[in-house]
Amino acid sequence: AEAAELRARLRAVRHTVLVLSGKGGVGKSTFSALLAHGLAADENKQVALLDIDICGPSIPKIMGLEGEQVHQSGSGWSPVYVEENLGVMSVGFLLSSPDDAVIWRGPKKNGLIKQFLRDVDWGEVDYLIVDTPPGTSDEHLSIVQYLSATHIDGAIIVTTPQEVSLQDVRKEINFCRKVKLPIIGVVENMSGFVCPKCKNESQIFPPTTGGAEKMCQNLNVSLLGKVPLDPQIGKSCDSGQSFLAEAPESPATLSYRNIIQRIQEYCEQQHLEEEKIM
Amino acid sequence: LAERTNLAGVQHILLVLSGKGGVGKSTLSTELALALRNAGKRVGILDVDLCGPSIPRMLRAQDSAVHQCDSGWVPVLVGQDRAIALMSIGFLLERTDDAVVWRGPKKNALIKQFVTDVAWGDLDFLIVDTPPGTSDEHISTVEALRPHRLLGAVLVTTPQ
Repeated sequence: AEAAELRARLRAVRHTVLVLSGKGGVGKSTFSALLAHGLAADENKQVALLDIDICGPSIPKIMGLEGEQVHQSGSGWSPVYVEENLGVMSVGFLLSSPDDAVIWRGPKKNGLIKQFLRDVDWGEVDYLIVDTPPGTSDEHLSIVQYLSATHIDGAIIVTTPQEVSLQDVRKEINFCRKVKLPIIGVVENMSGFVCPKCKNESQIFPPTTGGAEKMCQNLNVSLLGKVPLDPQIGKSCDSGQSFLAEAPESPATLSYRNIIQRIQEYCEQQHLEEEKIM
Repeated sequence: LAERTNLAGVQHILLVLSGKGGVGKSTLSTELALALRNAGKRVGILDVDLCGPSIPRMLRAQDSAVHQCDSGWVPVLVGQDRAIALMSIGFLLERTDDAVVWRGPKKNALIKQFVTDVAWGDLDFLIVDTPPGTSDEHISTVEALRPHRLLGAVLVTTPQ
């Protein structure tokens, strides 16, 4: 009966993508937010961003929605809208203060994730983006389990170039394979820094073992793109603005846009193939 | 009684925490251990990041295996003079790419074992490296360590 409830709620969602990493601090939330902004630039697309990082929900701040509250209506919880076609849900909206720690064990976190999927009135959605916390634990198992009621197009895995990150990301790739979650591809963030003054490129996080490129070759997954470090990215996140809009000329923006386009093409392609089969 | 034996010889227990991932907890834990060792202290590291154990690689111990003795698990001796005692789930994985895909209760059981069943011996400092967040690992670790000499927590962040 529960599965039926979830299926009913998610029936109007065309595409679902998960943003994962084994590693923390590599830019999952940053990427999820920019993916949402990028997809919502087309006014005809309805985009939903679901933040299931219960302990460290970054999405409200990154989307400029800190302090917003969730409203209930007859049809369920209402997402918080950044634009008419971009709705967001996060545990951050349920806290009385942004400094409140959510110190919950697994089962309680799972309960909230299920509620997010079952009780939020997303309406008709073209893209549902799910931002996750680092690791391979309760949140990840639960979201894959609950979303089996609908169709997950795939996972986007975020990393940075150094081996300490890749080590955890390989585990995440194995997790995806274990739970039969298709991998759309890998995004390498913080991939080089070009000095705005002297234009010299430095590797702040040197890819001592070949970076995401080598890892993708070895594990036969797609490298969606590499995004260079740009201090404006962090600033935009802190101020809740879209980096893509604030720094349209940045090489990082160009990278992000290419990656977003590849993801869109992947999802549309899947859709076409399914329609063919049906 | 085994609990008392295994942590009884540890003078100070330090937790390295952050809410945020990727800020340098494991890096700091490693550098802190090395610096304390350099200053002549007896040091141990307990890596309770079950999903993303970084410490073994940082101390070039990623290919080590753990052994058992009468009082429990023997920590792996790492560092240049093999004088830092390290226990990490990383050592229990068959292959380093294996994901530990466990729910809370299973993680909690292992953490409890790590705290009570590792034969640390006499240490001046035991540094406990944690994963990001405020969840199962953190609750279980603090609960298991509370009866012992828990010095306090060092919190790590980045500027943004």
